[in-house]
Amino acid sequence: MKSGSNLEKVLTEGHFAVTGELGPPKGSSADFIRRKAEILRNYVDAVNVTDNQTAVVRMSSVAACAILKQIGMDPVMQMTCRDRNRIAIQSDILGAVALGVGNLLCLTGDHQKFGNHPESKNVHDLDSIQLVQMVKRMRDDGQFLCGDKISGGVPLFIGAAANPFGDPFEFRPLRLEKKVRAGADFIQTQGVFDIERFARFMEKVRERGLHEKVYILAGIIPMKSAGMARYMRDYVAGLIVPDELVRRMETAQDPKEEGVRIAVELIHQVREIEGVRGIHIMAVAWEEIVPVIVERAGLYPRPIL
Amino acid sequence: MIVGEQKPLTEIMEQLGEARKVLVVGCGTCVTVCFAGGEKEVAILASALRMKSRLENHPMEVDEVTVQRQCEWEYIDPLRERLQEYDVILSLACGIGVQAMNERFPEFITLPGLNTTFLGLPEEQGVWEERCQACGDCILDLTAGICPIARCSKQLLNGPCGGSQRGVCEVDKNIPCAWQLIWERAVRLGREEWLLEIQPPKNWSTSRDGGPRKIIREDLKLTT
Repeated sequence: MKSGSNLEKVLTEGHFAVTGELGPPKGSSADFIRRKAEILRNYVDAVNVTDNQTAVVRMSSVAACAILKQIGMDPVMQMTCRDRNRIAIQSDILGAVALGVGNLLCLTGDHQKFGNHPESKNVHDLDSIQLVQMVKRMRDDGQFLCGDKISGGVPLFIGAAANPFGDPFEFRPLRLEKKVRAGADFIQTQGVFDIERFARFMEKVRERGLHEKVYILAGIIPMKSAGMARYMRDYVAGLIVPDELVRRMETAQDPKEEGVRIAVELIHQVREIEGVRGIHIMAVAWEEIVPVIVERAGLYPRPIL
Repeated sequence: MIVGEQKPLTEIMEQLGEARKVLVVGCGTCVTVCFAGGEKEVAILASALRMKSRLENHPMEVDEVTVQRQCEWEYIDPLRERLQEYDVILSLACGIGVQAMNERFPEFITLPGLNTTFLGLPEEQGVWEERCQACGDCILDLTAGICPIARCSKQLLNGPCGGSQRGVCEVDKNIPCAWQLIWERAVRLGREEWLLEIQPPKNWSTSRDGGPRKIIREDLKLTT
């Protein structure tokens, strides 16, 4: 076991994993975190806690993860390279481990242009692959990036992201391979809507044998409305939402129900693809739909380990 | 070359404040080539200042001069004699030229008339693009001759982020994704393997992060 986190146990024991996501508040309320977490409890194996997602300032990921640990849930701490240099990242990782965090997702981070402080300076001292490599070194060699010894262990289950819908498409499986070589234990992908492209991506992943080396969780984004579907299709960099799905959302009598139906269909479709070991449901600001989707996808109850 | 862009006239007027006699000093090198601070731009700005100050009822006397290179002592030293005639000097050189003037002539105030924008090239007539960040440790041999430090919005060294789509950067559809360009060039050269290596964390100490930089070449120093 790398960290012995619930997520790691679920995956290593061969279960199809389900992770959820929680966006900390634009404020200081611990109750907010607890309330959102209770919705997800028992329906997901671990909860990603975003790190100032879309570069909007929120409660720190490490603090929100600590609150999840206090109430007995398994957080996946997201860590971007946008706001911290290698000194701050390593320091926060030690703090997170001290607070009991067992999963870390290493990300580049959305550009600050999209956030509420577009005039800020970004960092990008490391990129996400170098971050994975650094965390692996901290965990396996007990060393900081500089080579100095770390006192105490850094047991972390290391995650990274993959975007099969980004370009250049041919480079995407190779970039995933770099992340695996750098030390990623699990991968969470961008939200899948274009199942055909995702299947082609996974084929390349299998050709390189990566599905045997890393646990891949397919991203699922439940759509709440036709407006959301159109917005994601037209304005969110890195997503591909096929017109057919947008049309279904537009013509549905009950768009929320249609969104759930599509999410459940996509879950069944990604499950069919060899090498997919779980799903990651990103329903930020619509957490209450997660139990519904998990149940209807036949993924409830979750394993108790 | 160093690419610059003139500040808005209102901002320049604000900087000049109550000055009555102004010398506008252009530079004949980079900023001439990028049409921001050469002899012609100096002349245009000087007449704009004359007109604007007259319209605002405090007419300025504005003179013009352009030196070959405002960043070298030997080219700016000849200006020394005439500087006392002016309340203020307005430089249309890059930030280096402005500082050279202030450093060489500490008793006179030299103000910046340009924003120094980046190190780049004219992509086509009238379009300049950034190419170098002067990081002090060139890696163009590893990235198919295209610099991700200057041209990737996140300075990534190991490939494109999730926001690259259809060849453009998530930050702005007018920014080409550097990693798309790097990938295409590597494929064209049959050198995709260049991009499979994990590039280790960059040593930023050669960049601005190591503090202001200086090069000393003993072999070139004059011994007196």
